[in-house]
Amino acid sequence: MRSIRSTAALALVATAALVAACSSSKSGNGNGGGGGGGTGGGSSNGAASVTLTWWHNANQDPGRKTWQQIADAYHAAHPNVSFKIQPIQNEQLKAKVPLALQGSNPPSLYNQWGGGALITQVQSGKVMDITQAVSSWVNQQIGNAAKGWQLDGKQYGIPYDLHVVGFWYRKDLFQQAGITAPPTTMDELNADVVKLKSAGIAPIAVGSKDQWPDAFWYDYFVLRECPQNTVQDGIKNQRFDDPCFVKAAQDLQTFLNTKPFQPSYLATSAQQGAGSSAGLVANGKAAMELQGDWELPTMIPLTHDKNYASKLSWFPFPAVGGGQGDQRAALGGGDGFSCTSKATDACPDFLKYISSTEVQTKLVQTTTATLPSNPAAVSAITDPTLKLAENYLKDTQYNQLYFDQALTTDVGLALNKAIADFFAGKGSPEDIPKSVAEAAAQQ
Amino acid sequence: MATAAPAKTTPRAGRAVTARPARRRRTSLRTRVELIVLLGPALLLFIGFVLAPIVVAVYYSFYSYHGFGPLTDYVGFRNYHTALSDPTFRHAILNNIRIVALSLIIQGPLSIGLALLLNRKMHGQAFLRLVVFAPYVIAEAITAVVWLLMLQPDGVVNQTLTNLGLESLIRDWLGSQDLVFYTVFVVLTWKYIGFGIILLLAGLQGIPGELREAAAIDGATPWQSTRLVVLPLLGPTLRIWIFLTVIGSLQQFDMVWVLTQNAPADAPTTMATYMFEHGYQRYSYGYGSAVTVILFVICFVFAVFYQRFALRRDVQGALTGRAA
Repeated sequence: MRSIRSTAALALVATAALVAACSSSKSGNGNGGGGGGGTGGGSSNGAASVTLTWWHNANQDPGRKTWQQIADAYHAAHPNVSFKIQPIQNEQLKAKVPLALQGSNPPSLYNQWGGGALITQVQSGKVMDITQAVSSWVNQQIGNAAKGWQLDGKQYGIPYDLHVVGFWYRKDLFQQAGITAPPTTMDELNADVVKLKSAGIAPIAVGSKDQWPDAFWYDYFVLRECPQNTVQDGIKNQRFDDPCFVKAAQDLQTFLNTKPFQPSYLATSAQQGAGSSAGLVANGKAAMELQGDWELPTMIPLTHDKNYASKLSWFPFPAVGGGQGDQRAALGGGDGFSCTSKATDACPDFLKYISSTEVQTKLVQTTTATLPSNPAAVSAITDPTLKLAENYLKDTQYNQLYFDQALTTDVGLALNKAIADFFAGKGSPEDIPKSVAEAAAQQ
Repeated sequence: MATAAPAKTTPRAGRAVTARPARRRRTSLRTRVELIVLLGPALLLFIGFVLAPIVVAVYYSFYSYHGFGPLTDYVGFRNYHTALSDPTFRHAILNNIRIVALSLIIQGPLSIGLALLLNRKMHGQAFLRLVVFAPYVIAEAITAVVWLLMLQPDGVVNQTLTNLGLESLIRDWLGSQDLVFYTVFVVLTWKYIGFGIILLLAGLQGIPGELREAAAIDGATPWQSTRLVVLPLLGPTLRIWIFLTVIGSLQQFDMVWVLTQNAPADAPTTMATYMFEHGYQRYSYGYGSAVTVILFVICFVFAVFYQRFALRRDVQGALTGRAA
């Protein structure tokens, strides 16, 4: 009995110590947090110190290093603003952000791609309305491109670069297969696929495991088959009813039947490691890939080839014969940052700094951004391949945001899933447009 | 349910009965204080991190909820109806059942066999045990990443087959819809076989050597003494292993997700990865909650019935029960 009593006493003491330790650490945190909040309120005088927590998706160099340098430079000019930077891999970041926005401690600043995800995230009430803060400079520095980060006329983020999806191809492998000029029509692309195959080269790499690279294919077939207003209405109403949406899926079917992709493409991811679709092209194991302009900085860390960039070139998605859509329409989007209610006025001011010609030029020079959102920095693009993409983007009359991003997240991902299933041979062409209406009905 | 049973039957409780009446009030008061002090923190954690989330998940599952703002869109049982009528989710349930069945049929005998082997005195016994147990110590996600690299089209697995002159056996391990489930299962077996073996080894240590000796003296062959003496006495350990394996298989997430992300075309999808993709990634938290509640009910029903019918004997003590 004595032993039990002393054990109980010991446990009591231990528990008390534990509780004390917890509460003391909590109060410590509370002080820190309270201090941060207090300075947030009083930041208009600019003297109080602020720490911005920053989540971005450049978890590899050169992007990782560049953002750090930009933050350091801003900190040097504004000693009261410090940064806590957390680079997070793209897919993980997308999973973490909604969770963080539900919690009470979201990052001050995080990657924002606009569209349906922005609509959903704004519902959290934690995304900062920066309309006032940016009104003095956004038009001069960014212009129309900033509209993608607006909702009901309010600005919720600022793009630091713009995107266009097209074909990255290896000139050396095309030459090896006897292809002299990049294809401009689907028929030519099909002929090139045959040539590459007979030369023993995997024609096209695709990261089907991640689903969204598959969606680029369907999206582009839709842009080629459907008139602009049909596409835009379809996305707005979350109904892909027009027959052209099925026609696009049939085009995709015909194309898939030519078996143009690398072996085991259904288990290939888009960007992770040398076995990803980006890695396959970077290491010469596939000749081309339908991907965004971010592919160059994505591929470079995945190969040891120092002259890699010079082996690449770019061509837009080919025209589809008989298609009712804009044959020069571009699929794209952009990367931006949103501030949250956890941030202070320092956050939109930092976005202004990122949008400046100086920083935009640096982003381009370090290939952190490929196509800058500030037109004044376009001249910094030296890579001839990126210039091709930039020119296409500049000339296009119709730049459509990727469907999965334009639709609300649940519908967009249901569409991606249906397309990925289709790539795996599951489902009929009618099932792809149907997935949009079905997912929308679940809301 | 599990905690109530042993209290009734522990021998200590029986012995204490005689001393009880005289000191009853003091003891009960002190017992209460002790209970509060000792159980309190654990109980708080249990309520906060186990019971409350279950209740909240059930509550969410009746709403169409996208994670932000208050719950306003009450939809009744629609989420459950959608899930149970979705062929993908039904396929996921079937996959879980297949993992359970294959685990019991393949990992069970393998574990028993290897445990019996490793229980014999031999050179390098400790080292072999370490080797067999090592995969279990590695985190599941890390195991999955390592195997993911090995199973690439030009990865170690296919290269080894080539070097052995077995090119004909090369397959699209993770890209084939027919094969991917079994690939995942092989990796799961590689990882979890060590757990079964260590558990059963511990069980074997608890079987007195005299029993085998006695059997041998009575003229039993080694096979007979293993089958008729050792295996029955291993029963309690085996039943615990079955319980843990079934629950683990029903909740399987990490390996499937990291290896496959449900690709291609949901061939390897389990209930947990289905929930992650359809509930979490799509911001459809109400729907995701409904899926988790279904998963919870399946696990709970199994646990209750298994405890009631299979584990009850062990709780009473199989060794003493049979000896008497």
